[in-house]
Amino acid sequence: MTMRDAIAQHVPDGSSVALGLALEALIPFAAGHELIRQNKRDLTLIGPISDILFDQLIGAGCVKTVIAAWAGNVSAGLGYNYRRAAEDGIPRPITIEDHSNFTIALGLLAGGLGAPFIPARTLLGSDILKTNPKLRPAASPLDGEKVLLVPAIMPDVTILHVQRADEHGGTHCWGNLGVSEEGGLAGARVIVVAEEIVGVEVISSDPNRVLVPPHRVTAVVHEPGGAHPSPVQGYYGRDTEFYHEYHAQSKTADAFVAWRRRWIDAIGSRAVYLKLLGNERWRRLAVQHEKLAAPANFSAT
Amino acid sequence: MTKDYTPAELMVVAAAREIKDGEVVFVGMRLPLIAFAVAKRLHAPDAVGFFENGVVRDTPSRELLYTMGDPPNIEGARMCCRMTTVMGLMQKGEVDLGFLGGAEVDKYGNINTSYIGDPNAPEVKLPGSGGAADIASLAKRYVTIIEHNARRLVERVSYVTSPGNGDGSHWRASEGLPRGGPAAIITTMGVLRFGFESGEAYLDTIHPGVKVEDVKANTGWPLAVTPVLKTTPAPTQEELTIIREIDPQRFWTG
Repeated sequence: MTMRDAIAQHVPDGSSVALGLALEALIPFAAGHELIRQNKRDLTLIGPISDILFDQLIGAGCVKTVIAAWAGNVSAGLGYNYRRAAEDGIPRPITIEDHSNFTIALGLLAGGLGAPFIPARTLLGSDILKTNPKLRPAASPLDGEKVLLVPAIMPDVTILHVQRADEHGGTHCWGNLGVSEEGGLAGARVIVVAEEIVGVEVISSDPNRVLVPPHRVTAVVHEPGGAHPSPVQGYYGRDTEFYHEYHAQSKTADAFVAWRRRWIDAIGSRAVYLKLLGNERWRRLAVQHEKLAAPANFSAT
Repeated sequence: MTKDYTPAELMVVAAAREIKDGEVVFVGMRLPLIAFAVAKRLHAPDAVGFFENGVVRDTPSRELLYTMGDPPNIEGARMCCRMTTVMGLMQKGEVDLGFLGGAEVDKYGNINTSYIGDPNAPEVKLPGSGGAADIASLAKRYVTIIEHNARRLVERVSYVTSPGNGDGSHWRASEGLPRGGPAAIITTMGVLRFGFESGEAYLDTIHPGVKVEDVKANTGWPLAVTPVLKTTPAPTQEELTIIREIDPQRFWTG
């Protein structure tokens, strides 16, 4: 399925969307840019740290609510669009549900378990509980000890970037996973964006590496380079300069509009985006060497 | 004595010395990453590094990292996993030490990384907790690394993102936190530690060449000073060699 169709069909206005669940790696930027191109409105974004993808969606006016532990620019610090929206309501006011990484993780875990909440010991005494009253301290029914009840988070859509997938929803993802598995189980729909499309036999050769039960995957999109500027283990490294350039080029609302025109609106597809990035830059980021995992024998006989 | 190291290098070394051999450390990014590498190579060869994105390492990565998700942090990892694996073990009490940064830290070690001003109409919206509030809540102890000035070291943070000693030494237990709390604040001027009875930070060591009155003038509350004030030991040549091997361009330690 094309990215355009996947986003058009499965992410209506008003959806809650979980993305950036592996943290700094495997961020589905191509999917986020398509959300902006299709001018989606009133989205609720869910994720632990998000990096600059949340900042871009907020700056484009797509977002009503942010449910996150952190939003900004991991390399450069603050995210200017996030600040403008939170401080001045530009381009529109947003609601922020403050979390920590662990409470986002536990909320998604509860969502995937079908549990109403998970009790935890974190954040007791933090002001996060004052600005996000959904996180509720309570006495444990077992021993009366104070616990934090972290309610289930159930996104309408979870978008996951992976190394490879088959056309039937099988996925292989490696490296750190963050809360990707939890998000893949909690989301009502799951969109997978893959660097490579492979045969079902490739995915089934190593079922322990599968990220999401394949039947839960709603759409598979083949989008090489779709996570740039974030890294994809075994495919390309992190384009740290790009984060610094974005920081400088999103300082004002007008500057962000120009950035957005150049990198999102004027571009119909990821292939054109990579062309704009330039062959030399893209080659520099590409992984040059192989460091293959040892094969595991799955034979039954 | 000629000063042939930067303030950041001194802070890295001070942070490295907080890591004891065999400890499990929530490493974080920037200076603590380099501190972990220094500790591993010198006095803490059996320390284990946890990264909240789901990485367990027993060796520092070969290249400088800009984020914990950079490919060199995955290559050679002892385990790649889910966030709940490492955070869960920390909640269980199996993480000894975590490192944190922040916009503001106060005399009880509470850290604000969320809002300057009224959270409903903030003057500045800061990025937020990330995993910091979890580390402050759940690790056996945590160390804050921060630039020393009166805007950053304040009497009371306006918003407690990451809980320290709250408003005194008994506060954590009364809030229901299972353990832990601030062990030190490493700044550009000295190292602060926390009184057992008061839960309040005091100046424990002062960096070479810094005057006590300057530290006090750059602290947002009347800072107590230990009666046995010593100078923070300067980095050794061995420590500096390792730091510069890891950060040759002085990206983090310039």
